[in-house]
Amino acid sequence: MTPTLATPPLPDTSAAEKLTLAVVAGGLLALLLALADADPSRQRLWFWAALGLVSGGALAWSWLKFGSRPAGVQHDNLWLRASTSRGAVAWVTGLVLTGFYVVLYWFSGDDGHGHFGVLNNLVHPLDGFSQALRGRPADQWFLYGTFYTLAVLLMGGRALWKYRHSRYQVIRTASVMFFQLGFAFLIPGILQFFQQPEFYFSYFWPLKYDYLFPSTVTSLLKNGGLGVFMVFWGAVMSLVATPVLTYFFGKRWYCSWVCGCGGLAETAGDPYRHLSDKSRAAWRWEVRLIYPILGLIVAITALLWVHFATGGTLLGEAGTVAAKWYGFAIGSVFSGVIGVGFYPILGSRVWCRFGCPMAAYLGMLQKHFSRFRISTNGGQCISCGNCSNVCEMGIDVQQYAQRGAPIIRASCVGCGLCSTACPRGVLNLENGPREGRYQASPLIHADSLRILS
Amino acid sequence: MHLVIIGNGITGVTCALTVRRLRPEARITLVSAESAHHYSRTALMYVYMGHLRLQDIKPYEDWFWAENRLALVHATATALNTAENLIVLDNGTTLAYNQLLLATGSKSKLHGWPGQHLAGVQGLYSLPDLEAMTRDTPGIARGVVVGGGLIGVELAEMLHSRGIEPVMLVRDGRYWASVLPPEEANLVDRQFQENRVEVRYQTELREILGDAQGRVRAVVTTKGEEIACQWVGLATGVAPNLTLAKTSAVETDRGILVDNCLRTSVANVYAAGDCAQHRRPAAGEVPIEQLWYTGRMQGETVAHTICGQPTAYRRGVWFNSAKFFNLEYQTYGQAPAGATPGLESFYWEHPAASVALRIYFHAATPHAVVGFNALGLRLRQAVCEQWIRQQAPVATVLAQLGAANFDPEFFPQHEAAIVAAFNRQFPQQPVVLKRRKGLFSLRNEA
Repeated sequence: MTPTLATPPLPDTSAAEKLTLAVVAGGLLALLLALADADPSRQRLWFWAALGLVSGGALAWSWLKFGSRPAGVQHDNLWLRASTSRGAVAWVTGLVLTGFYVVLYWFSGDDGHGHFGVLNNLVHPLDGFSQALRGRPADQWFLYGTFYTLAVLLMGGRALWKYRHSRYQVIRTASVMFFQLGFAFLIPGILQFFQQPEFYFSYFWPLKYDYLFPSTVTSLLKNGGLGVFMVFWGAVMSLVATPVLTYFFGKRWYCSWVCGCGGLAETAGDPYRHLSDKSRAAWRWEVRLIYPILGLIVAITALLWVHFATGGTLLGEAGTVAAKWYGFAIGSVFSGVIGVGFYPILGSRVWCRFGCPMAAYLGMLQKHFSRFRISTNGGQCISCGNCSNVCEMGIDVQQYAQRGAPIIRASCVGCGLCSTACPRGVLNLENGPREGRYQASPLIHADSLRILS
Repeated sequence: MHLVIIGNGITGVTCALTVRRLRPEARITLVSAESAHHYSRTALMYVYMGHLRLQDIKPYEDWFWAENRLALVHATATALNTAENLIVLDNGTTLAYNQLLLATGSKSKLHGWPGQHLAGVQGLYSLPDLEAMTRDTPGIARGVVVGGGLIGVELAEMLHSRGIEPVMLVRDGRYWASVLPPEEANLVDRQFQENRVEVRYQTELREILGDAQGRVRAVVTTKGEEIACQWVGLATGVAPNLTLAKTSAVETDRGILVDNCLRTSVANVYAAGDCAQHRRPAAGEVPIEQLWYTGRMQGETVAHTICGQPTAYRRGVWFNSAKFFNLEYQTYGQAPAGATPGLESFYWEHPAASVALRIYFHAATPHAVVGFNALGLRLRQAVCEQWIRQQAPVATVLAQLGAANFDPEFFPQHEAAIVAAFNRQFPQQPVVLKRRKGLFSLRNEA
């Protein structure tokens, strides 16, 4: 468009808000001090002080920013603030997150003597907690799990305040917080405490790809009753429950209610949801990437089983090597470094949208074998674009709404923010029936022009 | 056929898209000086508030126009010669047409107030208005908004988002008194209070005062009060933009006069949307409609007429919606602000939350429903429209009320409370609620 609007000065941040942000900054500083301090007792002190300050500061800031204001859509200055519009603050945040993942994945492994590389001084302060929960000392993955869960809970608190005018958002946010804390953190820890396999009941193949690999299955089966149940659970969830639940509720039952990746995106990633690319070009990349990745992991899994069934005589180690490379490129680089590290630049669902094979699988089910759709309310759409803006999956929701058409897209995770943000009450997440699912509103005539050929 | 459309707002663009569908071979040119591409006028406020960027309020990506062979001319049409079928542009060129649509939209109405041309005084209708507001409001402490309608509340919300104190001057005793009954207006007023927006009711603008630099420094109200401010938003309505039409033989009054098929007094020249004035509006309809929806419907209608299928404009059952700060509003059918002979209304309001529903119906049996006002809850347009068309009795509507519930899953469902209130107010028409929405909306109504 022709005019360029100069960025205006933003309203002053209140002194109380500045104080809470300073507390968070103090917490991050304490974390650096823990990292730098060689003395174990001072390490512990800095570490727990850091967690306390970050938690207290983040919750107090969230309350001031969202909880103390009238309930409703609170997006003022979203595209004007540097932190949420790819400004300097966003780039710094992105670099720090990316750096953390690189260090975590490749420079913080156990050297065999209980020393965890760069992150060592942050791992050991968690030893006591890890002993209590898991009956063993902490490692870098326990540190990661603790940070991850804390991020979901703290930013979940923020989301609960921000979206408290919508019961759908409140219950959904509480759900991802519950599944992250219980199913993806406490239960795996408690299982380890009782010398059982560390198993995540909320992750399934093909996202947790090794859960249907022969190596995992055989090792679980050796574990006796609970191990057999875990294999049964994993297989049933992937192959039976997923199609059934997706038929009734769409892929949202998993992606925005249960999944840990989704949980982080919906909480810690919420300030960045609008950054997802809505262009047709981005949609084309999505299709080019996500389905081949699903195909790849299906092929690798099949290869491993063929290898297993033939006693290793067919194709040699090809499956194992492929699985290793898949784990590096997709499991680590794509889902972690890019998926989370680039939150402040590319938006919160880059992994879910472009890379996750589970999302691809759920998406095909949602598109072709589901009752779920987002309905458009007659002719009430004013093409304002708020729905497309908040879509973390980069769906140009408005293209459908302004034609009176229902939104039926493989990628939609059913977060419901388009419905929450719509100023005219146009959009609603609904579950069927399948008859007339694609039917547009008779109150507005759909133009048959090519939005996407 | 070469169709030239003056204006790239919702009316012009809808016409262009419909003609492309009906006549794939047609040559179509859209002329606009305001913006290179179509944008959503209703979303200007969200750009100012930082919810969206300018590029986010374009309903179509930029590739769309070329792919659908819609030529865009970024210029002002300065003169129209209907004798030679020519449009003169301000870039020194002319455009020849076979068919011409005037979709020139509106201009903010000014009432001749002293000081209305001072710097920092403006309406909010167009992209240049948004630019002016963005330029003139940084760092200011207070802005005065004149007018108690939809644009007025938008301007107040915009100022509020930047931490600028808005003061609203409203002529009537309540907000949007020409449209909203007192109870509904009261709920909107509650929004003003919650967001600390000062509203002066029964107060009009008398004069705008400037400083030595020609910038606004205060307003004087009809009550003689002087309110210091650094910016004034005039939101007292819009009027058809006739600048181009007046250079031609096309007949105008307040708007460009059109027949029921949206044809002007000159052959092959049509007008639609905000700028059109219907010579004989249908019963209960107004001659000039200035809404997004009516612009879209008129654009679609006139496209059929242009393509040789003369089609009478029929607005259908009225509908509109808005949002007042955090309060959503939807209305369907006939929903007058005050007592109307032959009509009764049933009003329910949540005892604590800002949620209300009003249903209008005939006083005479069988008490056919004619309209709805909904605040803080969402109604399904297709169901409301069907009830109104079928003249469903109010008792039937209330018994089936869940079918019209368009609120998201898990939202509190008020149907039982609404029916109980109806039975208290109208005990002679007892209603038993038969239709709830259900938790997961497994059944949808259309």
